[in-house]
Amino acid sequence: MYFAGPVPLQERGWMSDTANRQSQALLSVRSLSVEFGTGSGAFKAVKEVSFDVQPGKTLAVVGESGSGKSVTSLAIMRLTDYTGGRITNGQVLFRPDGGEAIDLVKASDNKLREIRGNDIAMIFQEPMTSLNPVFTIGNQISETLILHQGLTGRDARLRAKELLQKVRLPDADKLLDRYPHQLSGGMRQRVMIAMALACNPKLLIADEPTTALDVTIQAQILNIIRDLQQEMGTAVIFITHDMGVVAEMADDVVVMWKGEKVEQAPVRDIFSAPQHPYTRALLSAVPRLGSLTGQPLPKRTPVMVMDGGVAKPVGGTHEQNTADYTKPILEVEKLTTRFDVGKTFFGRVTHRVHAVEEVSFDIYPGETLALVGESGSGKSTIGRTLQQLVEPTGGTVRFDGRDMAAMSHGDRRRLRQEIQYIFQDPFASLDPRHTVGYSIAEPIIVHGLINDRKARERRVHELLEQVGLQPQHAKRYPHEFSGGQRQRICIARALASNPKLVIADESVSALDVSIQAQIVNLLMELQEKRRLSYLFITHDMAVVEKISHRVAVMYLGQIVELGSRQAIFENPQHSYTRKLLSAVPIADPQRERAKMRIEGEIPSPVRPVGQEPAIHRMREVEPGHWVAIETDQLRGAA
Amino acid sequence: MAAAQALSSARRHFRSLELVLGLLLAGGMGLAVLFSGFLFPDGGESMDLMARLIPPFESLAHPLGTDPLGRDVLARVIVGGKISLTVGIFSVLGAMTLGTLIGLIAGYYRGFTEVLLMRFADIQLALPFILVAIMFLAILGTGIDKVIFFMIVAQWVQYARLVRGSVLALREREFILSARAIGVGNVRIIFTHVLPNVLGPIVILMTLQVANNILLESSLTFLGLGVDPLIPSWGGMLADGRTYLQTAWWVSVFPGLAIMFTVLGLNLLGDWLRDLLDPTGQTSR
Repeated sequence: MYFAGPVPLQERGWMSDTANRQSQALLSVRSLSVEFGTGSGAFKAVKEVSFDVQPGKTLAVVGESGSGKSVTSLAIMRLTDYTGGRITNGQVLFRPDGGEAIDLVKASDNKLREIRGNDIAMIFQEPMTSLNPVFTIGNQISETLILHQGLTGRDARLRAKELLQKVRLPDADKLLDRYPHQLSGGMRQRVMIAMALACNPKLLIADEPTTALDVTIQAQILNIIRDLQQEMGTAVIFITHDMGVVAEMADDVVVMWKGEKVEQAPVRDIFSAPQHPYTRALLSAVPRLGSLTGQPLPKRTPVMVMDGGVAKPVGGTHEQNTADYTKPILEVEKLTTRFDVGKTFFGRVTHRVHAVEEVSFDIYPGETLALVGESGSGKSTIGRTLQQLVEPTGGTVRFDGRDMAAMSHGDRRRLRQEIQYIFQDPFASLDPRHTVGYSIAEPIIVHGLINDRKARERRVHELLEQVGLQPQHAKRYPHEFSGGQRQRICIARALASNPKLVIADESVSALDVSIQAQIVNLLMELQEKRRLSYLFITHDMAVVEKISHRVAVMYLGQIVELGSRQAIFENPQHSYTRKLLSAVPIADPQRERAKMRIEGEIPSPVRPVGQEPAIHRMREVEPGHWVAIETDQLRGAA
Repeated sequence: MAAAQALSSARRHFRSLELVLGLLLAGGMGLAVLFSGFLFPDGGESMDLMARLIPPFESLAHPLGTDPLGRDVLARVIVGGKISLTVGIFSVLGAMTLGTLIGLIAGYYRGFTEVLLMRFADIQLALPFILVAIMFLAILGTGIDKVIFFMIVAQWVQYARLVRGSVLALREREFILSARAIGVGNVRIIFTHVLPNVLGPIVILMTLQVANNILLESSLTFLGLGVDPLIPSWGGMLADGRTYLQTAWWVSVFPGLAIMFTVLGLNLLGDWLRDLLDPTGQTSR
């Protein structure tokens, strides 16, 4: 228990003594319905949803994209009025002082303005876009204080500084005069929290506040929200799709599916005894760190998929024994990639991004090597360099024994047939103006693999079926598909030229968990059928554990630890690997909550010209398990 | 699903309305102009000083009235469309082709090519238009082909800048990167992935420029730099009728209406084309 000492489970139960609790609830949502559009085109985003938020407690609203969870949170503040939505039914009863309830659905605009930002505050997902870029941090925090609390400019500034200190931002004084673009994502999100808490709100609505952040930064932000909540007695509605975050943060959980509330229970009950089939399906899809402990090979496991109103298991358990360690298909040796940034007026380079520094690794046929790291670690740059989208600064890359640098132009082009790339965002990586069939056929056309039109069409249909879609989908355009379907299309496209190596760059990170689990299974199934090698680039440790044979952990452009999956997860040696593993939220509320305290930002890989980073030396701690020897500099940073 | 289908069919209906109206206006005008020689063998030139400034809708022989020289306004409007439409449409098509190509190359390849092309465009934009026109047409001589050529040379810059801007945003998009990752060559990327995605704004600019160039032709003619001033054109008629606006409005209003309906028709066709090119239908809102 992390708030006010141990509380007996019964007391926290929703089902017990409902009538009594309802009267004390800070916020009661009663059969709330929200619609978008009008007439026959109307779309019901939220259908008859009811729940209560108790003072000082955290209610997590969980659901996948399209479940209506964000719309519900916007409707509470009546912000749906500004996004084209209409509240068609229901009440939102808010009791700021425990006394008279105000129905926010019927409240006047003046009353709402008074409540917004003062009694109820909100944090959004994108800290990049929710701060105004032309005002300083100090101005933006003061604005709320002057508006709602009638403070003078000077007092507001003092209070703003206090608030920044509260969210543990170092150097609060200087930060007040900074602009949003000068801050990192994690710092901006802390500023957002500071702004939200400026007026001591009774209720804080946090809409996916950590989704856009790195795991170590996420862990810090979650800690701050938890600590401040305890300190100020604020109730929190936490909207998220991440069951790990739910387990770490929530007292009670509302599960939403297709605009309806399907289940509501205390957090422990949700995880230990989920009632609704959708909740069960959702939980079965969540990758759990440590679920493959003691097993040398990655494994396919069945996924629960909703079919009508019931959850059905799809796929079987299958060990991924596909790797062949006789001769590597790809050998990377001391690969270095740098980008010039910052030039003087005369065009002399002053700063460089040291994206990748002397990285070496091999990939074997049928093997999945995971490249893990946070933003700025250079993991994506490695993938892009291998795909020839970025020119390397130094080092050698051998594919099938041939040195890439020594290849002719034609050979290098052919290499793009043998190495394929799957991007993170399936919405952005398909040309909206071409049919899906054309997009899949394109690699076949440009490499001249099949010249007969009919045969090419047959091949496209075959590929669509292999990734679990229908042949008739070929005639449709990308916008007609869901995110998961689009990622299947991207996979079909990558497979069209019969590659030997597929680079998957955060390819499942943008997907809902249930879709993610299916795509991971699909990738593993295709690996077995076609003996594919994967370079799996991701920040998500739980997915890595499920899919990879070997893991390379990257930090600031260098590999700090490289070894078999089992070695990395069960015997992590480098302090950064351990930090990364401990930062992952675990989907298990029974676990000890406050773990290792993580502090500090991820350092920038931009360096002035002439200041080369120190290259780590690696030592082999057990066969095949390499760890960077930690210098003081790195230990201090990590 | 049903709602979405209803919506999309409603939209398609509206689109076809745009197409029908656009074809009716611009296509009707085009056909009339095409057959103007057959309809009005005199070319709208025959004067009748006894029938000067007859108001419209009063005489069957001159349904839209006559001008100060007793020439039939209807005949002159239809015949005048020859010059105006030829100049308006061909100058725009030419400038669009040249400008789009240059914009695509500059935006896609960046580097030295871009600097060279765009600085050249900047220099051209900085020169006063009329001055250049006088110099240019004084050297080349006058005539409809020279006017069109001059307009292409003067106006490609706008298309180049517009296209380059769109391409700069587009080339960072993931689907372009993903095409490159698959091994698609540069030329193919430019024409199958970049060009279709920048066509929307180009089509809009084109429809606006048609009207602009019809009027521009009359300015050039007025300065003695354009077409033979005796041949009727919409712009020229507008300018001539201006002095009689208070006494005989029909002399300038009918050529004005001709321009308006043609441009409206082209705009509708442009919108229809833009939506046709965009399968997501996102730009229509």
